[in-house]
Amino acid sequence: MAANAPLARTRNPISAWTAVAAATAVLVFVPILVIVFTASADTGDLWGHLLVNVLPQSAWNTGVLLLGTGIIATMVGTGAAWIVSAYEFKGRGVLEWALLLPLAVPTYIMAYAYLDILNPLGPVQGTIRWVLGYSSPRQFRLPDIRSMWGAIVVFGFVLYPYVYLTTRAMFLTQAANLVEVSRTLGVSRNMVFWRVALPLARPAIAVGVALTLMEVLNDVGASQFLGVRTLTASVYTTWIVRTDLAGAAQIATAMLTLVLLLLVLERWARRNQRYASNAQRARPMPAQKLRGWQAALALCLGLTPILIGFAGPAIYLISSAIKRLDFAGFSPSLLRATVNTVTISSLATVLILSLGFAVAYAARVRTGPVTQGFSRIATLGYAVPGTVLAIGILVPVAAFDRTLDGFLRANFGLSSGLLLLGSGAALLYAYSARFLAISTGGIEAGLSRIPLSYDHAARTLGHSASGTLLRVHLPLSRTALIAAALLVFVDCMKELPATLLLRPLNFDTLATLLYGEAARGTYEDASLAAILLVAIGILPVILLARTGRPRKP
Amino acid sequence: MASLHKIIFATSALALGVAVPAIAEELNIYTTREPGLVQPLLDAFTAETGVTVNTVFLQDGIIERAKAEGESSPADILMTVDFGNLIDLVDAGLTQPIQSDVLSAAIPETLRDKDGNWFALSSRARVVYAAKDLDLDAITYEQLADEEWKGRLCIRSGQHPYNTATFAAYLAKHGEEATKTWLEGIKANQARAAAGGDRDGARDIAAGICDIALANSYYVGLMASGAGGDEQKAWADAIKVILPTFENGGTLVNISGAAVAKHAPNKDQAVKLLEYLVSPAAQKIYAEANFEYPVNASAEVHPIIAAFGTLTPDSLALSDILPFRKRASELVDEVNFDTFSN
Repeated sequence: MAANAPLARTRNPISAWTAVAAATAVLVFVPILVIVFTASADTGDLWGHLLVNVLPQSAWNTGVLLLGTGIIATMVGTGAAWIVSAYEFKGRGVLEWALLLPLAVPTYIMAYAYLDILNPLGPVQGTIRWVLGYSSPRQFRLPDIRSMWGAIVVFGFVLYPYVYLTTRAMFLTQAANLVEVSRTLGVSRNMVFWRVALPLARPAIAVGVALTLMEVLNDVGASQFLGVRTLTASVYTTWIVRTDLAGAAQIATAMLTLVLLLLVLERWARRNQRYASNAQRARPMPAQKLRGWQAALALCLGLTPILIGFAGPAIYLISSAIKRLDFAGFSPSLLRATVNTVTISSLATVLILSLGFAVAYAARVRTGPVTQGFSRIATLGYAVPGTVLAIGILVPVAAFDRTLDGFLRANFGLSSGLLLLGSGAALLYAYSARFLAISTGGIEAGLSRIPLSYDHAARTLGHSASGTLLRVHLPLSRTALIAAALLVFVDCMKELPATLLLRPLNFDTLATLLYGEAARGTYEDASLAAILLVAIGILPVILLARTGRPRKP
Repeated sequence: MASLHKIIFATSALALGVAVPAIAEELNIYTTREPGLVQPLLDAFTAETGVTVNTVFLQDGIIERAKAEGESSPADILMTVDFGNLIDLVDAGLTQPIQSDVLSAAIPETLRDKDGNWFALSSRARVVYAAKDLDLDAITYEQLADEEWKGRLCIRSGQHPYNTATFAAYLAKHGEEATKTWLEGIKANQARAAAGGDRDGARDIAAGICDIALANSYYVGLMASGAGGDEQKAWADAIKVILPTFENGGTLVNISGAAVAKHAPNKDQAVKLLEYLVSPAAQKIYAEANFEYPVNASAEVHPIIAAFGTLTPDSLALSDILPFRKRASELVDEVNFDTFSN
């Protein structure tokens, strides 16, 4: 590969970036290779069975779920971003960050919270019955949330922040000049959204929706609770119930191919669009002041997704956690899990951010298909369902551990045990492979706003490559770096399937603790872990909202 | 960057505690049993023997993990909730035979491997929950598909191991055509999507969504004892439990069990733990904390569970059901069991 790379403009620093980027790409690619290799085994008539009995239904379900979630996430995310960027009204300051809060709620928690809240015996239906004068749920029934529409609403309202986040950043950094220009040219205030802001925000929306949909594809827990049979559930059934890992890998590979195809299509569709690089401090667009009923309407519109995606489940979790505390007290395992969660997520964030920066930076300082390719590969892990990726990592990591252990035993009479699996390093690997897409993507976007002419200017003015990095690139991409770090941290905290499979003995995170209880059906014991998980997630989410906001001049 | 890698790795290793050192009085368990269920037993074992027990709860992938780690694996005991998973471990060559007079004496022959590769530790029955005021005292598994239950039955996903084991037993007894018709009948009887857990069956009966549900016996104990809070007690109060049987047969029973890992570094301790788990003292904990049926005949069944009536396990051996599991899972797909359309 290196032989085809364009010549370095200066030698050492640049080739170091490329080397790290290459190594990162290899690390991400290895588990995917393992999956593809696993899939190559003969699985008899698996596909005959799948094509006739499974795929028509689960592909249809997956399609409807993705479409529905995508529509809700796009409408809510884009709409909310526009409301808080274009208008000024009482409460806007709070909405701006509060709209991100659902990010702190894992989809599986959201699903089980709503199952309880909307259950016939739960508070909502109880109140409705009381108002209507029915005494028993047998007399009066509302539609069951365990359905496709239930799943779409749950996913849409917990995942829309991905779209909100990317779109708002776009509105904040791009809109000011363009809005002014189009207003000057006679476009009405209301039409600005449809004719200028929305088309401009398309790539940002696309990125947000892609993240949203991959989260849906990765989910097993929530759709299982809600009784929606997706392709991911089929992977799972094939692996676990029929003990057919190769078959599961085949379905996963097929899904991965499909996702990649969609990503390529999306990129191709906007191949000719270029976005103004505007590295100067972003100027927020002048917000229109709203008063009276208009202000109230804007506030209501902004509050709705927060109520559904965050406040509802949070209040429910708090109330059941309080009940549980009275009943069983606070267990020391919760404290240990909290410390573990924060520690491993922080370490992973540092690692993922460093690697993501290397990949994105290598692609900038040495443009060309090779470095571009590294960054594409580095983001592949996000498109693989977490359970499958975990297996792809388990195999090479365990092989390394065994080889090292065997070598040490044979030659030195020492045992290293399982170095990577036993120390939790395998978890860091899994998180990196999975979430590099988020850091690489975010940092790439941040760097792309810095015009190349700045690099040339800095070099002309006598800065070395590393000087340019420190004095120009890092300060100007600071916001993107912080945003990526916070997003990665929250995602690592919530991660479940890889953590479940790859963690060392006696090592629980809040997510695995929660899952252990939920799998047993004792949700009430899980509520404390769930509320802690959400509570810890809130801080980075609020910080995240602040990073996007331009500083006052 | 290389140095950064090292720093990160060293920090993480420090923070997480590098590989468990091989001290003699330790024992490592890989389990698919939920931690809440096994921990009371392990704590009691540690209190009695001073042996520290380290666990990791691997819901799925216990086979893959043990296989990948090979001879370097720290696992001493592999513990599963379901018979199928247990045998899969044996078939994958991840266990070793154990000869122990204590285990042979405590566990009936049908509930352990003749070569000593696996041992049952507790058992549970696949029972029917029914609305309390329902005029129903007995039911067969076959009758679950009867038209009288149309729109009245709740069940979890057809692909859950508890259900595939049940369907596999039906398949072993009645053959493919009959099983498919039966599954179609159950699907037509569903009152809501086949989802959630076994407890949701009781809750949905309390909520009036369904009249009967298929579920495991021990959940009733957890709910009725009040250990899960007042709400769950209300669910348990809304139902009665019927021990169903197969026509000309008995009630379907599954087990939780364990095996000693092939490369167990602490084999002696592992055997000691297994022997402890089937002792009357530990079997009492199984009965009291988990509401399962003990495997040791000298231990008593919990009064809540005993109140269901006398359990007559079906004569079909678990090992005869096992080969039908995969086909049962395929039949679930073929009748589109998990897609709710009633």
